[in-house]
Amino acid sequence: MGKTLYEKIWDRHIVVEQEDQPDIIYIDLHLIHEVTSPQAFDGLRLANRQVRRPDRTLATMDHAIPTTDRSLPFEDKIAAKQVEALRKNCQDFGIELFDLFSTKQGIVHIIAPELGLTQPGQTIVCGDSHTATHGAFGTLAFGIGTSEVEHVLATQTLKQYKSKTMAVNFNGELPIGVTAKDLILALIGQYGHDFATGYVLEYRGEAIRNLTMEERMTVCNMSIEIGARAGLIAPDETTFKYLEGKEYAPKGEEWQEALEDWRELKSDKDAQFDRIVDFNCSVIEPQVTWGTNPGLVASVNAAVPGPEDVPEEKRRMVESALAYMDLAPGTAIKDIEINTVFIGSCTNGRIQDLREAAKVVNGYQVAEEVRALVVPGSQFVKQQAESEGLAKIFTDAGFEWREAGCSMCLGMNPDIAKPGDRVASTSNRNFEGRQGRDSKSHLVSPSMAAAAAIEGRFVDVRQWPIKIGEGV
Amino acid sequence: MEAFKTHQGIVAPLDRANIDTDAIIPKQFLKRIERSGYGEFLFYDWRYTSEEQENPEFLLNQEPYRNASVLLTRENFGCGSSREHAPWAIEDFGFRVIIAPSFADIFYNNCFKNGILPLQLPAEEVEGLFSKTAENPGYKLTINLEQQRIMDSQGYEREFEVDEYRREMLLKGLDEISATIQFETQIADFERTHKIYYSR
Repeated sequence: MGKTLYEKIWDRHIVVEQEDQPDIIYIDLHLIHEVTSPQAFDGLRLANRQVRRPDRTLATMDHAIPTTDRSLPFEDKIAAKQVEALRKNCQDFGIELFDLFSTKQGIVHIIAPELGLTQPGQTIVCGDSHTATHGAFGTLAFGIGTSEVEHVLATQTLKQYKSKTMAVNFNGELPIGVTAKDLILALIGQYGHDFATGYVLEYRGEAIRNLTMEERMTVCNMSIEIGARAGLIAPDETTFKYLEGKEYAPKGEEWQEALEDWRELKSDKDAQFDRIVDFNCSVIEPQVTWGTNPGLVASVNAAVPGPEDVPEEKRRMVESALAYMDLAPGTAIKDIEINTVFIGSCTNGRIQDLREAAKVVNGYQVAEEVRALVVPGSQFVKQQAESEGLAKIFTDAGFEWREAGCSMCLGMNPDIAKPGDRVASTSNRNFEGRQGRDSKSHLVSPSMAAAAAIEGRFVDVRQWPIKIGEGV
Repeated sequence: MEAFKTHQGIVAPLDRANIDTDAIIPKQFLKRIERSGYGEFLFYDWRYTSEEQENPEFLLNQEPYRNASVLLTRENFGCGSSREHAPWAIEDFGFRVIIAPSFADIFYNNCFKNGILPLQLPAEEVEGLFSKTAENPGYKLTINLEQQRIMDSQGYEREFEVDEYRREMLLKGLDEISATIQFETQIADFERTHKIYYSR
């Protein structure tokens, strides 16, 4: 019997197989950041252990850092201490750190791909649930807790049970103006945000093949939001083209060798998945979440449902979501007014995301009373956006243009939504209080967020009059 | 890690599905670099008003639940981020067992590393426990991990299932890193032939 892509990657990484125990699997790349690592380093010190492979470990700062002028001391003294702890830990244990002023600093899931460190067939872990982003390269990547961070630091391995496998076939073409973000939100909306608990997903089908690497990363990034351990997309020419020439990608003969190897990384025709899901892409419209988890989502042209519109077991969830979101059943999505816009995060903070948002913003002004932020996912993205003139389009329109980091996706730094604020956000979670206590989050694509910033409410971006050539 | 053999405690019925890690421990407390002391921040936005006063409506601010050590809740508990601060806060508050029909993957895994038993029971069984808790204030459960049995003092008793390896880990308070380091030779052998294409 053939093997799935997941099984092929798994088999390549088994160090020890034992009866009645999880396997010990090898970790090719361990990404660390300031928030989920300090206690792991303390654990190493207590047990008098070293980092086994500092050369397979990479650190940056992203979660708790300010995105305003970084030459100033942090206002938040506790965050400053956390950042200082990471510096010391990296120094003591010999780990390379892309510090605040490095040109390679950025959100951990944005920088590894853009540097060419994320490669097909690898295992990548990080103390962050959005690690599945790297799955876009055919890389088995998943989030771990701090105890496991310590385990990987000490041994470069993890004890893991094999997950179940699910093929998600995206059939048909994605309509024009509908993005990868809409695709994944629509999937989560149809099946619910705990549907894939215990599974590793493989996204397949025509619509996936047509996506760019940036878009594939958006899809894989949100695998955790449907409950999955990880999400995978088999590498193809799009993947190889993206990787070729990147700083840490193999060069010359080694590149040829790698290509030969990577071309093997796909599920065999006769591979058996534990579950198969077919999803028709051709009917998807731009999506807007209206509730307090990513599965509570509707088309921009629909209305907010009421408790009567859902199966009985979901009624309480819908009632509690509507109460928190302060929305009445039957409210048209387009009638929801927002006062805050956040464009960024590991879901949608890449250059293509900013290009798409800037295309909508170009020549317009942010609505009065709306506070709008663009936070590039990395310093590299920031530089690129500035040189392409995108930053100017945003600032001319009244957006704030920031330094790279996680920012308002989770509001660990000073970029917090205030109580009562309603946010159109390109991030990944709309949980209660996620972006700030008593704030309300609506997850959307970058172009939808951009249009909402201009109009002060949600609009169907497919009907947006784009002003070409103005304002640049 | 503290070993877990058997535990008896007051059951706190938190009747809500999909409790996420942002609700368990909001982000502002993740900036601390310590591993302990998170209990006072557990369920922060529900437990305290925006003026940082205790919210008397919230279950854990009521007697006898301030001293509860068994958390009874609904499906998909612990969804969201990988923050181990969530089980740290739960453990630091005093909980040793969480009973729910289902758990999110990373959270479930994190519990075992912190001496917490996440006990997955069928939805109807959880429903029954909610009823018993409502009918008997101060309702207690005993969870015996060695025998894999859960019981109360009124004759309720049933077996539960838990993965054998994780059960051993809890029973012995096992340090997983020490166990893996025993395989150093195998890890080194693996590295000699395993191809990694990035060069740094």
